[in-house]
Amino acid sequence: MSARNAAARLDVTAPISAPGTPAPITDLAAQRIRARRRRELNIYGLRVLVAVIVLGSWELTTRIGIVDQFFFGQPSGIAKQLWIWITEETALGPLWEQVLVTMEETVLGFIVGTVLGVVIGVLLGRNRLLADVFSIYIKAANAIPRVVLGALFAISLGLDIRSKVATAAILVFFVVFFNAFQGVREVERNLIANARILGADDRRLTTEVIVPSALSWIIASLHISFGLALVGAVVGELFGATQGVGELIYSAEHNFNANGVFAGMLLLAAMALLAEAFITALENRLVRWRPPAVGSEIQI
Amino acid sequence: MTPAIDLRGVTKRFLTPSGGVYTALRDLNLTVQAGEFCAVVGPTGCGKSTTLALISGLEPASEGEVEVLGKPVRGIAEQIGYVFQTDAVFPWKTVLDNVAAGPRYHGRPTSEARSTAREWISRVGLSGFEDRYPYQLSGGMRKRVALAQSLINEPRILLMDEPFSALDVQTRSLMENELLSLWANTRASVVFVTHDLEEAIALADRVFVISAGPGTVKANYPVPLTRPRNVTEIRMQPQFSQIYGEIWNDLKDEVLVSYERQKRSGAA
Repeated sequence: MSARNAAARLDVTAPISAPGTPAPITDLAAQRIRARRRRELNIYGLRVLVAVIVLGSWELTTRIGIVDQFFFGQPSGIAKQLWIWITEETALGPLWEQVLVTMEETVLGFIVGTVLGVVIGVLLGRNRLLADVFSIYIKAANAIPRVVLGALFAISLGLDIRSKVATAAILVFFVVFFNAFQGVREVERNLIANARILGADDRRLTTEVIVPSALSWIIASLHISFGLALVGAVVGELFGATQGVGELIYSAEHNFNANGVFAGMLLLAAMALLAEAFITALENRLVRWRPPAVGSEIQI
Repeated sequence: MTPAIDLRGVTKRFLTPSGGVYTALRDLNLTVQAGEFCAVVGPTGCGKSTTLALISGLEPASEGEVEVLGKPVRGIAEQIGYVFQTDAVFPWKTVLDNVAAGPRYHGRPTSEARSTAREWISRVGLSGFEDRYPYQLSGGMRKRVALAQSLINEPRILLMDEPFSALDVQTRSLMENELLSLWANTRASVVFVTHDLEEAIALADRVFVISAGPGTVKANYPVPLTRPRNVTEIRMQPQFSQIYGEIWNDLKDEVLVSYERQKRSGAA
């Protein structure tokens, strides 16, 4: 550390630790709060700055022709495309219909995958024999890139909503399953012993100790798995569909409309963020009993 | 009269992860009369907790007989309470639902279980904290929850595994006194495991000294101090120091053996 640094440090602490004249506590607190607010403002400012630089240089380079906007799109073009979709309609019909279709596929797939993952995860976590028998198959199934199953579902389930739901569900299932399974395995022995001594039978043990304890693991997996459900629905649409945001992106791609692809991506991102907010609310409601996480104030 | 707890020639072996056999208890004999408060002291790793696990039925004995209330133990014994060393209250349940768990597991309707739970919560001095979650309580308060949770089932046998070892000294003697007054109303038979000889003498009618592992009962000492007791004041009685001196003489050797062994296995 340089001498100047040390001096600067001393200078900062001097008014606080000066003997005889301690700063009033209220002043200190107000100072701290002001400093924190300043920091927050700074961060928002920097975030906007990053967006301006990225979008600005993108717009600029495509406008002067360094980057070909035919391939890479253009922010203003993307905005224009979105505006047209919203105010008029898309090639497939009204925009809200496409969003709704994809949302429906995603949510249904998410629910089916989560329920199956939790049920089978808890079942295998509770039953040693089942776990030992099936673990090898589940690991094998997990090793294949599961999005390709979307092609199979398109053949077997047809081009309607079922193939998309199935693709989304299969992606969600494995993530939730592994977390539920692990969650069940990590339940504290003490809590199980305590419940048994207090008179809990096997069913009570599962509903009152195992599942609540595994819940924080399961919920943690839901954050990731909603995004995966969205991937599943969109991939399902790419394999063949008549409606949906994925289909919208597909048709934009066919017309060499890069702006349309980006606009579709923006829509998907918005949907994912919305769902993330919903899951966080659900988490706060379900695991109220958990102490506030250390460092929860540094959320991004 | 049949004793409340009777362990005869009990041996407990574990399979170690490396495939060896570890003997935790060897030929242990221990009898607790109905309504008796017993303390079990011994050096670390002598199998004190294992003894409780055998009495409760959480684990079966490898050899020997374990009888509780005149019946051999097969699986979790009825009418037993267990206060664990580390926190075992359910973190996702409020204080009220934690205490109400026992009656509910025994098939009582939730509303009835909760009203009984409220009584016990006030008996352990936690009224007003019914809706808190365990993480919002101090260590001492969580122990009170654990006590109420066990006692609400009105167990005839109460097993306690170093329940107060994690508490600070003041909270600890407070809790010890409260345990004694709660126990005076139930007159359950208690097995209280501790490594603290002072605590053992202050609380118990009888102190069992367990030898360094494999654990076996080396000796047992009656504690003829009068009740009701105040654990803080009783320590100043001359009779207390006399009993302490006697038992410590016995315990000291075992502690040294255990310490030497730990040092050696640490060096190896």
